[in-house]
Amino acid sequence: MEEVLYVSGKALPHITPHLEVWGSVIALYLFFGGLAAGLLFFANFFYLKGKADSMPMSVKVAPIIAPIIIILGSMILVYDLHHWMYFWQLFLHVRMESPMSWGAWTLSAIMIPAILWSLSYLEDTIEYLQNRNPKCKLIGLFIWANNLIKKLPVLPWIMVLFNKNKKLIAYLTIYLSIVLGVYTGILLSAFNARPLWNSAILGPLFLTSGVSTAAALIMWLSNDHSERKMYSKIDLFLIAVELFFIIHLFMGMLSGGVAQVEAAQLFLGGPYTAMFWVLIVGMGLVVPAILEIMELSGFHIPIGIPAFLILMGGLLFRFIMVYAGQASGFNIL
Amino acid sequence: MRYAMAMDTRKCVGCSDCVVACQTENNVPLGYCRDWIVEAVKGTYPETVQMHFKSERCMHCDNTPCVRTCPTGASHIIEGGIVKVTHNECIGCGACIEACPYEARYIHPDGYVDKCTFCDHRLAQGMNTACVDVCPTSCLIFGDLDDPKSPVSKALQEKDWYVLAPEAGTKPQLYFLK
Repeated sequence: MEEVLYVSGKALPHITPHLEVWGSVIALYLFFGGLAAGLLFFANFFYLKGKADSMPMSVKVAPIIAPIIIILGSMILVYDLHHWMYFWQLFLHVRMESPMSWGAWTLSAIMIPAILWSLSYLEDTIEYLQNRNPKCKLIGLFIWANNLIKKLPVLPWIMVLFNKNKKLIAYLTIYLSIVLGVYTGILLSAFNARPLWNSAILGPLFLTSGVSTAAALIMWLSNDHSERKMYSKIDLFLIAVELFFIIHLFMGMLSGGVAQVEAAQLFLGGPYTAMFWVLIVGMGLVVPAILEIMELSGFHIPIGIPAFLILMGGLLFRFIMVYAGQASGFNIL
Repeated sequence: MRYAMAMDTRKCVGCSDCVVACQTENNVPLGYCRDWIVEAVKGTYPETVQMHFKSERCMHCDNTPCVRTCPTGASHIIEGGIVKVTHNECIGCGACIEACPYEARYIHPDGYVDKCTFCDHRLAQGMNTACVDVCPTSCLIFGDLDDPKSPVSKALQEKDWYVLAPEAGTKPQLYFLK
C-alpha cells in the first residue's frame, strides 16, 4: 500500500490555525474601502462635469456615507490589530515597499477631503431630505451637526478655503479615490506566499468591484429617473469589466506555476467552487446584470433588487478572496 | 557575514529537543514554538517505506517578503542576515505572517509577532544557537557561509542539499542535507 504521511510538531493549538490572522474584519474593511472610493469617485467626477445640481444624490447626498464608512473601516481595522496600542507606529514610517503602509497614508489623506466634501453639502443634504422624506430621523442629526459646525472656531474658515479650491480638490480626490480602490486589491496581491492573491489584476478587479458597489448604492438611494438609468448603464459596463477581469485572473493563474494552478483549483472544483460561481458570479454579477438589462428595456423591476445583489456580491467576493487566499500556499512538506 | 543553518535529515531522530531548548532559552509561551519537527513517512508498505525528520524554523531568507511587507519596519534584517522583529514597533497586523511561505511566524499572546532569531543574543557571546547546542545527534549545523571553513560551509560543500519551496524565490538559508 502506498503511504504518504506527514506529522508536524507545529500542529500545536496556537500555531497552525494561523488562517485566523486575517478574517472577516479585513474583508469588511476592504468592502468599505472600495465602496467609499466609488462614492467619492462619482461625487467628484460628476461635480467636475458640472452636474452638481442635476444629480444631487451622487454629488451632494451619497458622499456623506463615504467619510462615515472610512472612519468606521479604520476603526475596525485598528481594533483588528493584535498589537493595536502601537497602531501609531504606522504613521511614524513611510515604507513604499509595503502596500499596507501607503494604504494607511492614503486612507488618512482621503479622510480629509471626504469629511470636508460632505460638510460643504450638509445644508443641501438637509434640504434634499426634507423635500423627499420629511419624516427622516437623520434630518435632526444633520441640522444639529450643521449648527455645531458654525459654532466651531477654525472650521468655517477652512470651509471657505475648501469651497474656493473645490475644483482642484476634486481632481485630487478622484486620484486618491482610485488609489484607495486599487489599494484594497494590491493589499492582498503583494503576498507572493499566497498564490491566489499574487496577481496584479487583483488591484483593477477590486477597484472595479468597489466602484460598481458604489454605483449600485447611489442607484438604490436616488429617486431621479434619469440618474437611476445612467447608473444602471454604468453598473452594466462595470459588471462586464469585472467578468472580463475574473476570466483573466483564472487564465493567468492556470498558466502559472504549480502553486498558482492549485490556488485556481480552489475555485474550479475545490471547496470554494459553489460559493464563488453561484453567489458571486451568479447572484452578484450575472443576475443583477440581467435584471438591469430588463429594466432598461422597459420591464418594471424594483431597483432595490439588483442594487442589493450587487452590494452583497461585492461583500461576499471580499470574504471569499480573503479566506480562500489564506488556504493557498506553496508546498513546504 | 551570512549566518545559515544546515539540517541533516538522515541524522535527525525527531526527538524535539531543539524545540524544547528554544522554548526554554527564549521564554516562548506555552502552546507556541519558534521551531518545530516535521515527520514524513513515504513509500509502499512494507518494502520501501521511508521515514525522515526535519527540524524547521525561520529560514532567515536572503529575499525577505516579511520585511518587505511590514508597514512599520518592525521586521528588519540585522548583521549576518538574521531577520528580527522589534516588539514595540510591531502593530500585529499579520502582513508578515501572510507573506511568509514557511509559516515561520506566530502572534505572541502579548500581541506582537514573534519568530526565530537564530539566538542572536547567544551568537553575540560567541555561542551557538540553543537548538544546535542541545541536538543529541548533531544533525543541526550552524555557521557563517562567507567563511569557507565554517561547519555549515563544509557541510554544504560535502553533501547534497535542498531548500523548501525554492520556487517562492525567497532564497531560504536553512539547508536540508540529503
